[in-house]
Amino acid sequence: MTETITSSAPVAAIRIENLGKSYGDFEALKNVNLIVAEGERIVICGPSGSGKSTLIRSINRLEEHQIGRILVDGTELTNDLKGIEKIRSEVGMVFQHFNLFPHLTILENCTLAPIWVRKLPRAEAEEIAMRFLHKVRIPEQANKYPGQLSGGQQQRVAIARALCMKPRIMLFDEPTSALDPEMIKEVLDTMIELADEGMTMLCVTHEMGFAQAVADRVVFMDRGQIVEQNEPMAFFSSPQNERTKLFLSQILGH
Amino acid sequence: MTDTASNTLALPIRPFLRPLLQRLAPFVGTPLNVALSLLLLWLILRVGWLLLDWAVVNAALLPAKPETCAATTGACWSFVIAKSGQILFGIYPPAERWRAGLVCVLILTTLVASARPSSWRPWLGFAWVAMMALVLWLMGGGFGLSRVPTSSWGGLPVTLILTVFAIGLGFPMAILLALGRRSGLPVVRTLSVLVIETIRGLPLLSLLFVASILLPLLLPEALLPDKFVRALLALTIFAAAYLAEVIRGGLQAIPSGQSEAAKALGLGYWNTQRLIILPQAIRIVIPALTNTIIVMIKNTSLVLVVGLFDLISSGKAALSDPDWPAPSTETFLFIGLIYFALAFSFARFADFLERSGMEKRG
Repeated sequence: MTETITSSAPVAAIRIENLGKSYGDFEALKNVNLIVAEGERIVICGPSGSGKSTLIRSINRLEEHQIGRILVDGTELTNDLKGIEKIRSEVGMVFQHFNLFPHLTILENCTLAPIWVRKLPRAEAEEIAMRFLHKVRIPEQANKYPGQLSGGQQQRVAIARALCMKPRIMLFDEPTSALDPEMIKEVLDTMIELADEGMTMLCVTHEMGFAQAVADRVVFMDRGQIVEQNEPMAFFSSPQNERTKLFLSQILGH
Repeated sequence: MTDTASNTLALPIRPFLRPLLQRLAPFVGTPLNVALSLLLLWLILRVGWLLLDWAVVNAALLPAKPETCAATTGACWSFVIAKSGQILFGIYPPAERWRAGLVCVLILTTLVASARPSSWRPWLGFAWVAMMALVLWLMGGGFGLSRVPTSSWGGLPVTLILTVFAIGLGFPMAILLALGRRSGLPVVRTLSVLVIETIRGLPLLSLLFVASILLPLLLPEALLPDKFVRALLALTIFAAAYLAEVIRGGLQAIPSGQSEAAKALGLGYWNTQRLIILPQAIRIVIPALTNTIIVMIKNTSLVLVVGLFDLISSGKAALSDPDWPAPSTETFLFIGLIYFALAFSFARFADFLERSGMEKRG
């Protein structure tokens, strides 16, 4: 993968080259290479502390990397602030703990960034927000505050909030890990719907059913490195690496 | 249910008596309680009667000559009435007192008009700037009004102007200092810490002395601001340092996920602080902010040591009239009442703000 990107070649949605990051002596990421094509759905899994969250958070620079390069839609992530805000507005992110803004209504949560970042008129932003709240099936909650909603509903609002920016890529950082079991399905259903529409998605999750249903590729990480990646059928039926086998036996065995 | 119903039929008076008896129960439950209750009741009535006797029964209540006051054993409210102009407006030229009065009305009206969260729109900021400019014009004169130098300002308008300006200018400064102290830029952070810790480490009195005595020695006359402005600057920066730490407390309490979510949506630093972090942080610290602001309302009275005439100094000046007996208790009660009205209404307002925030969380 040493060829330079020319304008004629299709630009990868995300291109990560030789990525490295450490906190003191601890290497959080080590020589990570990953290319995500437009429209591709990737599930990242691995034991806790394996660097999967750090990796996904590097893609919109919530974490700064120290070694290597990250290109999003052909633009390299650097310290240039204006550039990073532009990229962040194109990359939606959904967090484990929802991180909705508790002092704003559901509708205001969804219209804030379109109004202040995209400079849309309020009416237009609200129309878009209502469309996406319909899509995640909670338009009737628009005027409530996040604290009045269940976890599953909050996470669906978080997805709608990200979608209101019309992102080209969606990042999911363990979106169902903080949810009660009965609420996981409603969130996964929303994500599957999104995947079916062709959204480029990177998803850190332990929901292997979801991985089997929608992923084009499953990436397994351990100790800051990508250990193995494959399309889901092969990944689950015939894992190659010993660590992958161990991880799968633990996660599927329970 | 049937039990209550039958009782009600038997004794129609009981529903009224029952709650009363229930309330009284803790006071008369045991013989000791009965004795204590009676003792306290006697004390309350006795002290209450003494107060009433002094403040109303034996008092000179109506506008009257100084001799009437000298003849009474009770309070001399006639003095407060006769001198109210001087207590409220100090040495401000009596012919121009309407201007000082208008300033008070203007400031208080703007405060009341700003109280409702629904009126917190950009125009309110402009209204405040306009109000401040109007206040300075009315108080100081120029443009058709006769000039009144700040050395002749006094009384309630001085207290109100110092309070409103010190907090109005100190609050935005405090926000910048609080954000600066958490900034990732070492220069900004060090500077903020330096300012906050230096100002907090000094007593307000020494700051006022520095502003009124030391500054004239250091600065050439041409650059030296008016004494009133210097005292106001000292109060402002003092308020800013304290408010900054209160606000920082609120900033610490906001989980990092909030700014991460804002960042991930593409919001820049200032929009994130303004729209996401500060509204939540400030709501958390409303009780502590209220505390600091009430202390600042009362701190303005310290300007009397550098020769400005606030409400308390003008009260003292009024008391020095040799024609009257000097009823200082009544005068200071009157001034105390004004301070209490200001501080208490602000405390109630803060309470209302807190409640209106609670409802939202559901």
